Amino acid sequence: MENPNQNLSSPKEKFVKGFQKSLNDPQLRKNFRNASFALKSMRQTAFPDEAAFKELQELGHRIKMKALKNLGPLLRQLEQKCQEKGIQVHWAESTDEANQIVLEICQRNNAASVIKGKSMVTEEMHLNHFLEQHKIEAIETDLGEYIIQLDHETPSHIIAPAIHKDKKQIAQLFNDKIEGAGYTEVYEELNAIARKSLRKKFYKADVGITGVNFAIAETGTICLVENEGNGRMCSTLPPVHIAVMGMEKVIPTLEELPPLLTLLARSATGQPISTYFNMINSPRKEGEKDGPKEVHLVILDNRRSQIYQDEHLQKTLLCIRCGACLNHCPVYSRIGGHAYNQVYPGPIGKILAPQMNGLESTGGVHNASSLCGACGEVCPVKIPIPEILLRLRYEGVNKSRSSKVHEHGTQQNFKESMAWKFWEKIHASPVLYKTNSGLGNLLNSVMPKNAGPLKNWSEFREVPQFAAKSLHQLAREKGVADE
Amino acid sequence: MSDQARQNMLMRLEGSGGRSTTVTLPQAVLEERTPAERSKELQTMMEKVRTEVHRIEPVKLLDKLAEIVAGKGIGSLVFAADSILGKNIQQKWSETKGLKLIPYENSIEEFKEELFAVDAGITSTFAGIAETGTLVLWPDQHEPRLMSLVPPIHIAILDEKRIFHNFREMLVKEKWNQEMPTNVLLISGPSKTGDIEFSLQYGVHGPKELVVLILEEQ
Repeated sequence: MENPNQNLSSPKEKFVKGFQKSLNDPQLRKNFRNASFALKSMRQTAFPDEAAFKELQELGHRIKMKALKNLGPLLRQLEQKCQEKGIQVHWAESTDEANQIVLEICQRNNAASVIKGKSMVTEEMHLNHFLEQHKIEAIETDLGEYIIQLDHETPSHIIAPAIHKDKKQIAQLFNDKIEGAGYTEVYEELNAIARKSLRKKFYKADVGITGVNFAIAETGTICLVENEGNGRMCSTLPPVHIAVMGMEKVIPTLEELPPLLTLLARSATGQPISTYFNMINSPRKEGEKDGPKEVHLVILDNRRSQIYQDEHLQKTLLCIRCGACLNHCPVYSRIGGHAYNQVYPGPIGKILAPQMNGLESTGGVHNASSLCGACGEVCPVKIPIPEILLRLRYEGVNKSRSSKVHEHGTQQNFKESMAWKFWEKIHASPVLYKTNSGLGNLLNSVMPKNAGPLKNWSEFREVPQFAAKSLHQLAREKGVADE
Repeated sequence: MSDQARQNMLMRLEGSGGRSTTVTLPQAVLEERTPAERSKELQTMMEKVRTEVHRIEPVKLLDKLAEIVAGKGIGSLVFAADSILGKNIQQKWSETKGLKLIPYENSIEEFKEELFAVDAGITSTFAGIAETGTLVLWPDQHEPRLMSLVPPIHIAILDEKRIFHNFREMLVKEKWNQEMPTNVLLISGPSKTGDIEFSLQYGVHGPKELVVLILEEQ
C-alpha cells in the first residue's frame, strides 16, 4: 500500500503532514468541494420539511437506542434464528480473528477468487490485503471501490469511496490498468468498461463477501442496501456468501426496519429508497436453483464492546454509516478522507477511530474539529458527535484508571497543563486576579503582532485588544456594588 | 476460537447497556386509497428513476409483451416455464418466431453460461410499494433470484391490487415476521451508480433497463 507518510515517526505528525498536503492540493480541494456540495444538496431535497426530519430522526434514534440497550440478548437471538435456518454464525473479537475465519471458509472451499460488495467493516480488517497474502484474489465490485482498488488506495468517503478522483484521473487509471480499455472521459463508456471487466470476475468467483447494513434479530435476516447490483451478485452468484457485520448492526424487529432504511437512503444520497434492498434469510434450499449453498455471518467486535461499556460513549455505536456527517463537516470537506489516516474519516471517524484504535495512535483526529455542530444536527440517529468529541478530549488528559477509553490520559501536554495550573492559581486568589487583569492593558503595546506565541493564530486574524478598563472597574464606575 | 470470542463479547455487553428505551412506531396502515391511485404514485416514482412503466388491462399482457420484445429487439428471454405466465408465454411464442425462450430449469452451476448471454428476463412480483416506487420480489424455485439481476433487461409483472402504500404497511399486513423466503428483494429502478463525479449512470452491474407491466384492477 502506498503511504507517503510511513517514514514519519508519530501518528500526530502523520496527521498534520497529511492534512497540510491535502490543503495544498487544488485538485483534491476542488473534488471534495464538488462532492460535498452535491451530497448536501441531494440530502436536502430528500428532507424538505425540517420538522418531519426531526420527528423521523427522533424515531431512528430511539430504535437504535433500544437495540443498543438490549445488544447482548439481541445478538443471541440473531444467532439462534440464523442457525435455525442454516446460516452459520461466527464471532470475532479482533480483526485478526475475523480475517482468520474468512480465510478458513475460503480455503475450505478452495477459493482462488473472491468478489466483494462495498463494506467498511472489511476495510477495518484490511481483509483484501490479508487475502492477497494468502494467494486469494479479492476484487472490489462497487464501482467506486473498484476504481480505488485499481490505484491501490483506500476509500476517502464511506459511501462514495472514489470521490477524491475526477473523471480524467479515472479515465487515465482505466487506460493504464484495464486491458483493452483505452482512454475515454465519457461517463457511459467508463461505466461500460467497468461493467464488462467485472462481469468476468462475477462469473468465475468462488466466494462472495459483503458487509451488513441491518441484521434483524426476530427473523434472522441479513439486509444489504445498494444501488449497483454488485451486492446482489456477491450474495447470490458464488456458491459461498460471507457477510461480515459490526456487532452493533442488529435491530430487534422487522417493523423497526423501514424508518431506518428511509433515514439511511435519504441521508446518504437523497434517495427515497436504495435501488436494491436485499434481505437474506437462508442459504439455497432444496430444489432452489441459485443462491449460495453456504451463508456465513461473521460478527465482529474490534473494541465495540469496550466502547459500549460507557453509557455516553456508547452512542458512537448508533451509527448507520450514511456519511451525512462527512458531507456537512467543514474540516472533512476541505481535507478529504485520506488526510485522517483512518479507515473511518470525518466526524464519525473522529469519534470512532480513537475509541477503536487509541487516542494516541490515531494522532489526535478528535481534535481536528471546529465544534460547529453540523454533524450532530444532520445525523439521522442523533449521535451527539460534538459532545463525544469534547468527552474524548477530556479522556485524552484523564489519567484515572476507571476510564474505559483506549489510551486515555496519553494526551497530556506539559505546557498546557502548566498554563491551566497557573490559571487555576490566579482565579483562586482575588489579589492575583486583580493584578493580572490590570496587566492586560499594558500587554497591548508589548505583544508582537505577527510573531511570538500567537504567531500561527494571528497570521490570518486580527489580534483582539485588551480593554483599557476591566469589567470590574467599569461596573464600579457605573455604581454597581462590588462585594 | 469463535466460542471463546462469543463468550467474551457477550460478557462485556452484560449489564453495561444502561436503562432501556421504548419505541412507539407510527401507525402502520395509512389512509385507504384505491389501487389505481397507488398504482399512479408507484408509476410516478419509478419513472423518476428511468423505469418504463405500462399500466394495461390484464388481457392485453401478451400483446404488450410482444410489442416490448419487438421494440427492444430482444432475441432471448429467460422465464419460469412452470408458472401460468410461463405457459402463456410459451404458447404465444410457439406461434411467432424471432424470440428464443429460455426456461430457467437447471441449477446455476449448469445454467450460468447461458444466463450470462441472455437478453432479458421476465418475472412476477410479490407486491409493489407506492410511496417509494418499489417492486417486491419473492424469488422461489420456479423463479430463481438471478433472473432479475443478470440479464440486461428485466421485465416485471405487477398486479395493481398488490400495491401497498409503504414498506411497513406491507410487512405488517403480510406478516413477514412469520414467514419469508430464502431471499426477498426490493427493487426500485434499474441498476445505477453515481461513483464517478456523481454523474448518474444506469446499468452498472444489474439490469440496464427495468420494464414494469402493471395489470389494472378490473
